[in-house]
Amino acid sequence: MSTSRIDVEIEHKHAPPPDGKRHPNTCPKCASHYRDDELEESLWVCPHCGHHFPMRARARIAHLADEGSFVESAADLRSEDPLGFFDLRPYTERLAEAEVSTGLGEAMVTGEAAIDQRPCELAVMDFAFLGGSMGSVVGEKLSRACDAAAERSVPLVAVTASGGARMQEGILSLMQMPKTVCAVEDLHDAGAALFVVMAHPTTAGVLASFASLADVTVAEPGALIAFTGPRVVQQTTREKLPDDFALSEQNLRFGHLDAILPRRELRPYLARLLRLFGDAR
Amino acid sequence: MPGEAELRLRERLARLKSLPLLGGARLSGEVERLERQLERLAAEPEADADEIWRSVELARHADRPYTLDYVDRLLDDFVELHGDRGRADDAAIVGGLGRFAGRTVALLGHQKARDIGERMKRNFGMAYPEGYRKAMRVMELADRHGFPVVTLVDTPGAYPGVAAEQHGQGGAIARSQAVMARLGVPTVSCIIGEGGSGGAVALALADRVLMQENAIYSVITPEGCAAILWRDASAAKKAAAAFKPDAAHCLELGVIDAIVPEPEGGAQTDPDAAATLLAESLGEALEELDGVPADELRRRRRAKFRAIGVFA
Repeated sequence: MSTSRIDVEIEHKHAPPPDGKRHPNTCPKCASHYRDDELEESLWVCPHCGHHFPMRARARIAHLADEGSFVESAADLRSEDPLGFFDLRPYTERLAEAEVSTGLGEAMVTGEAAIDQRPCELAVMDFAFLGGSMGSVVGEKLSRACDAAAERSVPLVAVTASGGARMQEGILSLMQMPKTVCAVEDLHDAGAALFVVMAHPTTAGVLASFASLADVTVAEPGALIAFTGPRVVQQTTREKLPDDFALSEQNLRFGHLDAILPRRELRPYLARLLRLFGDAR
Repeated sequence: MPGEAELRLRERLARLKSLPLLGGARLSGEVERLERQLERLAAEPEADADEIWRSVELARHADRPYTLDYVDRLLDDFVELHGDRGRADDAAIVGGLGRFAGRTVALLGHQKARDIGERMKRNFGMAYPEGYRKAMRVMELADRHGFPVVTLVDTPGAYPGVAAEQHGQGGAIARSQAVMARLGVPTVSCIIGEGGSGGAVALALADRVLMQENAIYSVITPEGCAAILWRDASAAKKAAAAFKPDAAHCLELGVIDAIVPEPEGGAQTDPDAAATLLAESLGEALEELDGVPADELRRRRRAKFRAIGVFA
C-alpha cells in the first residue's frame, strides 16, 4: 500500500491543484507559467516546451491577416433558441454569457482579408465561445464565407477549433453538417479553393463536415483531431488507446493531414498556398 | 410539474432583468425569450415527453424491421455489393442494386441485427469508415449508370473506436455527404429507426428525406446528451424531451420532407404493412424527381440543405 501511495505523489507533482483549476497561463504540459504579455508575444505557444495554448479568433486573425486588411462580415448574426432548450440552464442564458465573456457574437468570425498581400476569405473559429460548437449561425457564416470566396474567386482559409455540433440546437445543429458540405461543394464548383487549419480541438460534427473537405489540410502540433474523442472511445470500447491517439501527429501518420505546422509557420505557409493557387497560369 | 426548471428560469429572468448595465437590444431580447420559454414550459405537458420517449423506444425496438427486411420486401433481383475496394467490407452498411417500381435503383442502408452473433457481425449498425467508403463507391457507380439512390438510415451512430479514428471516421463521413451533394441522379433517404448523428447524416444528404413515424433523428443519443449536459445518463428521457428527435418535430423544423406512416403500434407489429407504406412513399418521392436534369437536382438539393437553420 505504501509504495502505491508514493507513486501517486510523484505522479501528481506537476498536476493541477486538487480543485482542478489551473491558471490559464500555466502550461499544461511542462507547468511553466507566463505573464499575459509573454504569451501574446509567443503567439500563445509555450517557449519552453512548444505546447500550443488555444488562440482566440481575433488574435488569430490579427496574426494571419495583413494589418488593416480584415473586413468582418455577418458580424450581426445571432443564434436563436428554436427548441426552447433547457438543460441545467437555458440555452439563451448560455449564449448571452458566452457573448459577454468572449466579446464575440458567435463561435466563428468571418470576413475578407489578405495574407502577404494575397486576397482571401477567412473563417476562424473560437473555442472559447461554447466550445466552438457549430449551430445554425456557425453553419450560416461558413456557408456565406464560401459564397463570398466563390464570388471574388479567392481561396477560403478556415481555422477550426470545435467540440462538434451545438447540442442545444438539436437536429438543426446536425443539419449544419450537410449544409456546410453543400456550401463547400458550391465553392469547389465555382473553382475556388478551401484551405483548413485544424487547431485544438477539431472534432465531431466540424471534422465530419467542411473541415475534412479542404484542398489542403494542415494542423497545429498536438491538436486533438477526432470524430469521437479519447474519453468516449475509451468508455464505450474499453480499448487501450495509443499514446498519441487522435492527435495531429497520429492523423498525419495515417494520411489525414498534409502537414503539421507550428503556429509561427502558418502565415508563410498559407501565403505560399495563396500564391500557388492564385498564380496557377 | 413546474418544479425546479421553472424556478431556475424565474431566477435567471430576475437576474437578467436586474442587469441594466449590460443593457441594449440584445439583452432585452434575452428577457423576452426567457419569458417565452417560461410560457412554453407551463403550456407543455408531460405528455409531450412521454410521446417523444415512446418514439425513442419504438425506433430501437428489437423487432423493428431493418434494412435487409425492407430489401426483401421492396426489391426484386437484389444483388448485394461488398467491399470498399481499399481495405474491408463493413457489414454495418449494406449496399446493392435491385429493381424497384419498374426501375433499377442502388440501395444503401445501415444494418442492425437480432441475434448476438449477427449483431457482432453488423457491429450493431455502427459503421467504420470502410462502410462509408463502400457507400460512396456504390453511389458513384449509381451515378455513372443513372440509377436513383435510395438510402435507409438506422444507426446509433458511427463506430467510436481506435481503428475507426485511425482510418479517418470524420473524413469518411464528410466525404460521403460530399458525394451525395454531387450526385446527378435522384436520391431519397428514409430514416427507418435511429438516425444517430454524423453516422446517419453521412447517408442522408438527399433530394427527399423521409422519416418513418416512429423513427428518431438526432445530433446525439438521449443518453449521451444527458451524460454531457445533465451529467447524468439516466436523465435520457428528459434530454430527449429537450432536443426533440421525433418525426413530428423534425418535420416542423424543416429537417425532413415527409413522414412515412407505420402500422398501428409501430412497424414491428406488421413488417409487411410497414414495407408497403414505405414503398408507397419512396415511389412517390422518386416519381417527383423523375426527369429533373442532373444540374437542377444538384442545385435544388444543395439549396435545400443550405437553407436549414434558425438565426437572427
